[in-house]
Amino acid sequence: MTSKTRFLSIPYVVWMAIFVVVPIIMVVVYAFTAHDGSFTVDNFRGMTDYISVFGRSFYLALIATVLCIILGYPLALVLSREGPRLQRVFVMLIMLPMWMNFLLRTYAWMSILEDTGLLNALLTKLGLPPIKIINTSGAVVLGMVYNYLPFMVLPIYSVVSKLDRRLVEAAEDLGANPFMVFLKLIFPLSLPGVLSGITMVFVPSVSTFAISQLLGGSKNLLLGDLIEMQFLGSAYNPHLGSAIALVMMIIVVICMYVMNKFGEGEETAVVL
Amino acid sequence: MKKILSLAAVAALILAMFSGCGKGYTAEINVCNWGEYIDETVLKDFEEQYNIKVNYSGFNSNEALYSTMKNGGSNYDVIIPSDYMISRLISEDMLEPLDYSNIPNWSLIGERYKGLEYDPTNSYSVPYMWGTVGIIYNTSVVTKPVTSWDALFDSDYSGQILMFDNPRDALGIALLHLGYSLNTTSEAELEEAYGLLVQQKPLLQAYVMDQIFDKLESGEAAIGPYYAGDFITMHENNPDLAFCIPEEGTNYFVDAMCIPKGSTKKEYAEKFINFMCSTEVCTKNMDVVGYASANTEALESYIADMDEDFAAIMAPSDDVLANTEVYTNLPQNVLEKYDELWVELKS
Repeated sequence: MTSKTRFLSIPYVVWMAIFVVVPIIMVVVYAFTAHDGSFTVDNFRGMTDYISVFGRSFYLALIATVLCIILGYPLALVLSREGPRLQRVFVMLIMLPMWMNFLLRTYAWMSILEDTGLLNALLTKLGLPPIKIINTSGAVVLGMVYNYLPFMVLPIYSVVSKLDRRLVEAAEDLGANPFMVFLKLIFPLSLPGVLSGITMVFVPSVSTFAISQLLGGSKNLLLGDLIEMQFLGSAYNPHLGSAIALVMMIIVVICMYVMNKFGEGEETAVVL
Repeated sequence: MKKILSLAAVAALILAMFSGCGKGYTAEINVCNWGEYIDETVLKDFEEQYNIKVNYSGFNSNEALYSTMKNGGSNYDVIIPSDYMISRLISEDMLEPLDYSNIPNWSLIGERYKGLEYDPTNSYSVPYMWGTVGIIYNTSVVTKPVTSWDALFDSDYSGQILMFDNPRDALGIALLHLGYSLNTTSEAELEEAYGLLVQQKPLLQAYVMDQIFDKLESGEAAIGPYYAGDFITMHENNPDLAFCIPEEGTNYFVDAMCIPKGSTKKEYAEKFINFMCSTEVCTKNMDVVGYASANTEALESYIADMDEDFAAIMAPSDDVLANTEVYTNLPQNVLEKYDELWVELKS
């Protein structure tokens, strides 16, 4: 970038400073202070009490992310090979649910999955046994996959659709069968998209709170619920809430770092 | 050209959405109330009558309101929190004392709602609405008579029971069932209540707040605790539902209007509070909300037209209220204990 056009980035730099950097600094400051503002590490002392909450959140987010890859990758790949018209229609269909409010969509899933909900009404009509899914971890994972799938499909799609067709042709000319083309060529080249997708699905899944309350019956806390409780619960302890959020962010950064090691040699994924 | 035209169309559309804003009001006030807790047409009436614009917003828990105010991100002129939160706000010097001479309709507020523990000298608050918590159940499933909180712990209804999704109300019910005070500070009593909730958890369908409307109305769940005023709304959608105030007693709450410290429009805020106490406005609000108004005249004439059973649910008699308790503000260490037990319960 030349110095003449550099000033164009100023508005965004200012924006980031105010809405990204400052809040993170505030989280750190809150995490290391007590109610009276003095320095303390007490907020981290009780963190072991929450191990099961951390474990459950990361576990469910992991499952949701894997499911998103399994569902999203083939979709992105197939889509990138269709004609431009169809591609546009499908991309719009993928984006369409995002035009609706996230909470509304999740509420709708609640009505669908309930014992007396739409899904079971349909199953009963077809003479099939009803399924019990609402208020289980399965419903929570389903909610995550539904809400975050577009964030997996779109980055993969944008990478594979820009893939140079001539590379594929070259590989085929050199005798690679379609499976080898995918394994040796397409998949490695699409990794940056997959890594971005993983980040964009995994991070919001770890910290979600509305999904577990609406679809999980709120019986088991997830990290998002735990953090929300520190801010909106009766004890009002933003210091503990910030400490939990900070620990969560650190674990997420470590996960991303490890993941990028796997993709070494490729472009790195967007961290956070 | 086509592009410019469509841009102009979009701009016109956006402008149209913002129109109607600049009507030349003399002042604006910011009012924050519980969600769905007012007949919104009374706001229009107020705006027309006093030429003061009302920016109305909602909150969904006392704690959420407290958190917003504490973070300094608010500039409310009138808020309507519940009893125990008012006493917390008073003790933390977050409310402005009211000038009751500017609120002549104060005289219409029933004596029963004045001088309660949360504002014993009546210096900071004007009661808005009140009610009780009870058990709402579906008579087509729950066939045994419901008289006690015990019904929420009955394994016959396993998988059909709902419970409050916040520590104060959930532990409160367990405390009442054990015969303790809602406002206990005894750790041993709280632990015992927690033990009861641990036993209850496998029987529960879910912990819920607002979702209870959907779940009870549709028949998804059969029994759960909620507010009397909301029962009236739910019953309109599902006539199989019934309501019971358990014999162990229950929580009686009063939501009252206050002015937060730092409001620069106290004069207008007091006008608004006064307006909200008038019999006509109270009647309108009751009709939409279903909770009982603190304006005795409005309440009595309203329930006089109601079915007797419903009137007794909306505004229970003094005998029933004698066996109820208002939440008080608890010390910080007890509140932390509540949160700690709640996390343990859900871990």
